Amino acid sequence: MELFTQSLREAARLLFEASPYLVEIVVRSLRVSGSAVLLGILIGIPIGIAVGLGRFRGRQIVIASIHTGFALPPVVVGLFVYMLLSRSGPLGSLELLFTPTAMIVAQALLAAPYVAGITLAAVQAVPPEVRLQALALGASPRRALWTHVREARLGIGAAVVAGFGAVISEVGAVMMVGGNILGETRVMTTAIVLETRRGNFAVAIALGLILLALAFAVNLALTRLQQGRWTAMVAASRDREPVR
Amino acid sequence: MSLLRAEGLRRRYGRRLVVDVDALEVGRGEVLAVLGPNGAGKSTLFRLLLLVEPADEGRILLEGRQVRPGDREARHRVGGVFQRPYLFSGTVADNVAYGLRARGLSKRERDARVAEILALLGIESLAGAPVNRLSGGEAQRVALARALAPMPGLLLLDEPTANLDVTVRRRFRADLERMIRTLAGAAILITHDPADAFALADRIAIMEDGRIVQTGTPEEIALRPASPFVAAFTGAELLGGGRVVAYEDGIAVVELEGTTVRLGAIAPEGATLSPGTQVRVAYRPEDIILAFPDATLGANPENRIPTRVASLGPAGGLVRVRLDGDVPLIALVTRHAAQALELAPGREVVACIDASAIRVFPTG
Amino acid sequence: MMSRRARLRLGLALLPALMAAACALGERQTGRLVIASTTSTEDSGLFDVLIPAFEAAHPGMHAVVVAVGSGEALELGRQGDADVLLVHSPAAESAFVAEGHGYDRQPVMYNDFVIVGPRSDPAGIRGMDDAARALGRIAAAQETFVSRGDQSGTHMRELGLWRTAGIEPAGSWYRDAGQGMGEVLGIASESGGYTLTDRGTYLFLSERLALEVLVEGDPRLRNDYSVILVTRAKNEAAARAFHTWIRGPEAQAIIGEYGVDRFGRPLFTPNAGATVP
Repeated sequence: MELFTQSLREAARLLFEASPYLVEIVVRSLRVSGSAVLLGILIGIPIGIAVGLGRFRGRQIVIASIHTGFALPPVVVGLFVYMLLSRSGPLGSLELLFTPTAMIVAQALLAAPYVAGITLAAVQAVPPEVRLQALALGASPRRALWTHVREARLGIGAAVVAGFGAVISEVGAVMMVGGNILGETRVMTTAIVLETRRGNFAVAIALGLILLALAFAVNLALTRLQQGRWTAMVAASRDREPVR
Repeated sequence: MSLLRAEGLRRRYGRRLVVDVDALEVGRGEVLAVLGPNGAGKSTLFRLLLLVEPADEGRILLEGRQVRPGDREARHRVGGVFQRPYLFSGTVADNVAYGLRARGLSKRERDARVAEILALLGIESLAGAPVNRLSGGEAQRVALARALAPMPGLLLLDEPTANLDVTVRRRFRADLERMIRTLAGAAILITHDPADAFALADRIAIMEDGRIVQTGTPEEIALRPASPFVAAFTGAELLGGGRVVAYEDGIAVVELEGTTVRLGAIAPEGATLSPGTQVRVAYRPEDIILAFPDATLGANPENRIPTRVASLGPAGGLVRVRLDGDVPLIALVTRHAAQALELAPGREVVACIDASAIRVFPTG
Repeated sequence: MMSRRARLRLGLALLPALMAAACALGERQTGRLVIASTTSTEDSGLFDVLIPAFEAAHPGMHAVVVAVGSGEALELGRQGDADVLLVHSPAAESAFVAEGHGYDRQPVMYNDFVIVGPRSDPAGIRGMDDAARALGRIAAAQETFVSRGDQSGTHMRELGLWRTAGIEPAGSWYRDAGQGMGEVLGIASESGGYTLTDRGTYLFLSERLALEVLVEGDPRLRNDYSVILVTRAKNEAAARAFHTWIRGPEAQAIIGEYGVDRFGRPLFTPNAGATVP
């Protein structure tokens, strides 16, 4: 117990002093996960909209695949990306292994299904008549589509937040493809693993507290997005009746 | 030339033919109501005419030119209001300006037009309100303002009063009529409520099972319904079946099935009701005059049916009287008449109805 | 006040810039030396001293350490994802070189393994000088033993000792953790069990552990570290430079002193120039 409180106090001191080691790791985590989510958005939102609004053969299979992506174990994705980027792998010549870029790629693969899946649901939750009503007001098909998607923007925001939450706290993928290299690819999660192993509990706890705070902030944002307008969305969807 | 004309329009869902309209048209400055029960295919027709859904067969002509979904010019000339408001998130002003933005109007023009329309509907105070704070009636008004702001050449409305409380419906109907006639070149109103159709329309088309079964002015529809369905749907009462027993000088005598009651009816134009023809009989409750059993009324031949009051009930400012005698009847009389006749359950009265008020429809 | 459309365009325009900035984070990989080593070596903190010294002695060279289990480090060598290895798993290393994946395997330093366990020592192995027989006693008493289970150098040594003792460890008392040394020591401490550990990691964590060194000094417990050049190395020149430097006087001196200020004794004994074990 004595040791525990000692570590806590030490951790608080590190946080308060904003030790450069910590700062560097936190900044890198935010950059890597932030970029990954950006990439995930670029991939995920268009797919989510297309699948959410489209009608095509195999749509159910595509949706099921996206949902399966929610359950991708990060370490498996890490292994997959490692094999791609390894020098003996197909993309070895890019020399991306053990770099933040590799980590961004791996995390983007983890985030994209979240972004796509939740965007898909958000877009589907908007009554289809919204787009028709927009057309009936003189909007071009593209503008009408945009109006429909705009009504889903809170849900899409939630998709982004969920994607970020999924990657900021994962360790399997970034460990495998990043290598936890000091000063280059060490992020919060991999640093926590390392420092715990080394017995530097204070550092690990400090990082853990930051990670928790970030995760909480992310979830708070998500909750506000969902709860705040959830009642409005529910009311709107209840208004829908079969169009016949 | 008509503004919009649909010819041979057909639409199927699976194997079911949902819309099967041979001809439908609306002229400039006209309000046409398409009236029919739920499930008649009205909403589908609405979407076909609005060009947001493609028809399987047939064509739609806008001022003589055929148009299909996606037609640019049609998109800017034909506007539509769906049954539910489907307001876009934002303020009331944002919504009302939507169609104007889509047409590329400048901000100044948009603001002016929006202010104008909101004032016309008496909702200027709502301009900056976010749409999720509006009541049902307010939302419906905003949806109407939004559709009318671009002043469409033709406005299509799907069940405009269906979502409103009965109390606000009448007020809204008045505003609706005023707005449509001021701001739209013409309108087609899809509704299941005869009150909407009769109050607002210049012409009514009755839709049953996807087909238009009668088109005409409100008077024509009410006084000369083309079928028992139309009659019943527009407020008439059906008396069941009967058989023509005599026919002379355009007046047919019909014996009602299962009774000895005989009624004289004026045959519909062009119909020959030879004895033996099976018919269905309809009348409008407001055409029944009640009298004391021994009263002598005018010299004109009319149907007089001795009957007895079963119950009384309110109907707007009038009294609805259920009568049961040899044949059940419903009469609609003024309060004054009800008092004067001392109407009460059990009271014996005579129900008189002019031959011209009896409708017969040959079934055989 | 920017219109919504303009704001959107600005955002979209910034996007490639942000991505480029993100990519720039990884710009230093060309020309860098990738050293694959083990987690226990990394955990000791030795590299925090060695790498800066190496880079100072070789201006222009940039070295990074990827610390994984010995098994994985050798695999990185096979794939060509590392340029040079510093590991401590002799049998696997020999196979690695024999298969042609590496060459010029040379000793660098050694430390030792110890068997640790609860103070109460229920299996009664304290002070024994035969590590294999000590394990035998633990098995006979069916006392909890926690294994690395991860093909690491430590794990391989442990398996070798069981083989020497003629025992195939199995049963609920034998816990295969599949994790790093720190985690395994934690498990052993919490469950009052025994484990084989390198002395360095134990020293680092001993304050928090309810474990004591019970068996040490057996020659079979010697933990030899070698440096191996990777056949498929990308950065051969830097790899060679490291291979030479770490066996040279400067590096060996650093190794010989590392740990003294914290533990009173060095964690490693440098032995470059000795015969390969």
